[in-house]
Amino acid sequence: MTDTSFVQPRDRSAGSLALRIALRWGLYSILVLFAIYYLLPFFVMVTTSLKSLDEIRTGSLVALPREVTFDAWKTAWSGACSGIKCEGLRPYFWNSMLMAVPSVMLSTLIGALNGYVFAQWNFRGANLFFAFLLFGCFIPFQVVLLPMAKMLGLMHLSGTIPGLILVHTVYGLGFTTLFFRNYYVTIPHELVRAAKVDGAGFFRIFWSIFLPLSLPIVTVTVIWQFTQIWNDFLFGVSFSQAGSQPVTVALNNIVNSTTGVKEYNVDMAAAIIAALPTLLVYVVAGKYFIRGLTAGSVKG
Amino acid sequence: MAPILDIQNLYKNYGSTEILKDINVSIEPGEFLVLVGPSGCGKSTLLNCIAGLEEISGGAIHIAGKDMTDVSPKDRNIAMVFQSYALYPTMTVAKNITFGMKVRGVDQATQDAKLAEVAAQLQIEQLLHRKPGQLSGGQRQRVAMGRALVRDPALFLFDEPLSNLDAKLRVEMRSEIKKLHQRLNASMVYVTHDQIEAMTLATKIVVMKGGVIQQIGTPAEIYNRPANTFVADFMGSPPMNLIPAEARANGAGSVLRIDRDGMEPIELHVPQKGLSGDIIMGVRPEDIAEVGFRAGEAVQTGACLVDMVEPAGADTYVLTRLGGRQVTARLHAETSAQHGEVLDLAFDLEKASFFSPETGARIS
Repeated sequence: MTDTSFVQPRDRSAGSLALRIALRWGLYSILVLFAIYYLLPFFVMVTTSLKSLDEIRTGSLVALPREVTFDAWKTAWSGACSGIKCEGLRPYFWNSMLMAVPSVMLSTLIGALNGYVFAQWNFRGANLFFAFLLFGCFIPFQVVLLPMAKMLGLMHLSGTIPGLILVHTVYGLGFTTLFFRNYYVTIPHELVRAAKVDGAGFFRIFWSIFLPLSLPIVTVTVIWQFTQIWNDFLFGVSFSQAGSQPVTVALNNIVNSTTGVKEYNVDMAAAIIAALPTLLVYVVAGKYFIRGLTAGSVKG
Repeated sequence: MAPILDIQNLYKNYGSTEILKDINVSIEPGEFLVLVGPSGCGKSTLLNCIAGLEEISGGAIHIAGKDMTDVSPKDRNIAMVFQSYALYPTMTVAKNITFGMKVRGVDQATQDAKLAEVAAQLQIEQLLHRKPGQLSGGQRQRVAMGRALVRDPALFLFDEPLSNLDAKLRVEMRSEIKKLHQRLNASMVYVTHDQIEAMTLATKIVVMKGGVIQQIGTPAEIYNRPANTFVADFMGSPPMNLIPAEARANGAGSVLRIDRDGMEPIELHVPQKGLSGDIIMGVRPEDIAEVGFRAGEAVQTGACLVDMVEPAGADTYVLTRLGGRQVTARLHAETSAQHGEVLDLAFDLEKASFFSPETGARIS
């Protein structure tokens, strides 16, 4: 047998060991404290959504429900009233899906193509174009509301879901292009050259060589775009009308248009439903998100 | 026979910077052309121009008799091996090798047959289902060669294909490339900064510097009759000794007077006629030996102070100073030379080169 003490020299004194344990405990206490701080509101939301209105009125805010009921969830999904209609979040949830999925797909695909061009196909003025695209990332959305409304009007897309898809796709391109460009610049140019000699063209190289390499960055982009688009309120409230509102706008309407008693349990359930898809995306693809964000920063 | 590659008056500029100036090279079928030079000399750019990956600013490129100047890389009937191998990372070795055929719409049966043939040739059959990331450097190199071989092109292009390998593997792959060239009798253009690679592989060498061709010739011509002091210094290891001297005519030949620090000047008689004035004499280290080891009409003896003795196994290098320059002599391994002592050296000046000190160009 080999002498393991040779591998792990134990030359630390007992005093420094105690200090290390104390520090470790201190670290964990702080982490737990912050976790509670962040989780408490969510805890209140979930418990409140499972209580009846009576219990909410009489009980304490942080108490667990005495009797668990899913009535509030049912109401929030299919019965809650916003304005004069009482159909819950369901139709708006599907509106959001119909809006978010195509916009995410389109902006990711176009962003990937843009990034591929900026990273691998140098053309005259490429840097200027890229600077403009980056600038687009930093324009506050309020600035573009009026011109965009005018544009949508001219294109006969006002108040429609395709209109929202267009808006979200266009305003997502700055970020998606940036993501893909930064990912693709780490791929050696010789790959494109080799493929050119092999006879492949612009799209063939993109499709057969670059896209299969892109899983980490596609994941990052999809999470980023889905979160942005799903959670967007400003464009949703500005460019939609009664039948095409996304879930965020409907949530706002439900919470704000209660008559008489405020149904906190329904509001909480509705808020959780509206946030569920983004939560799910993070849980499913979260580890790729971290991996993709750091990809390329260290040469493998 | 018509040349397989013919480059005429090629120029390449980036903006106002001239990268390649008036390049004229042509090779016959079956030749192995090596472009060699220090980094930044334009050799890789020239190769990319031949491949069509870089546009040229002037001149013409003909491949296999056709004007390819404005033809895209895929239609030039070439195959290329890159320095970083440039294997497609998500594809298996088999897919990497057949990608070009797939793009060109070659039928599956032909693809399989070609793949099997090339895999057998390079002994990579057991690797076909692996991804490039699972291969060693040498294996990747073989796959990259396979991808080129499977094309059966008019011209193979190699861009420093061995520079990412360790020293031992590099020597192995070098002789494999040479064997491959002999077996296929293919036409190849090969870029390297390693003059030993150039000497061992080439049938024709192009030495470049600053985008200008310094000399074109067979390895023997380049080695024995360098066109200028740059080529003399670049090719050969250790490089050719370049010794400043003063020449005057003497009977059938000339006499060279070489100054030395702290010793009286040495005078050497050379058979070359018509040398006069300041001159630079180029002598290969192996043409300076111990007295008694060289015989011939052009052998001259001179006593020199040994500055340093460097045993290198097969040979021992002895360093001395002549004309203010360090001069290396390549002696046999069992030499008795000691540093600090005076040693009689035999200069075999039969093959000596002479250059102008002003231009560096060869005089004789």
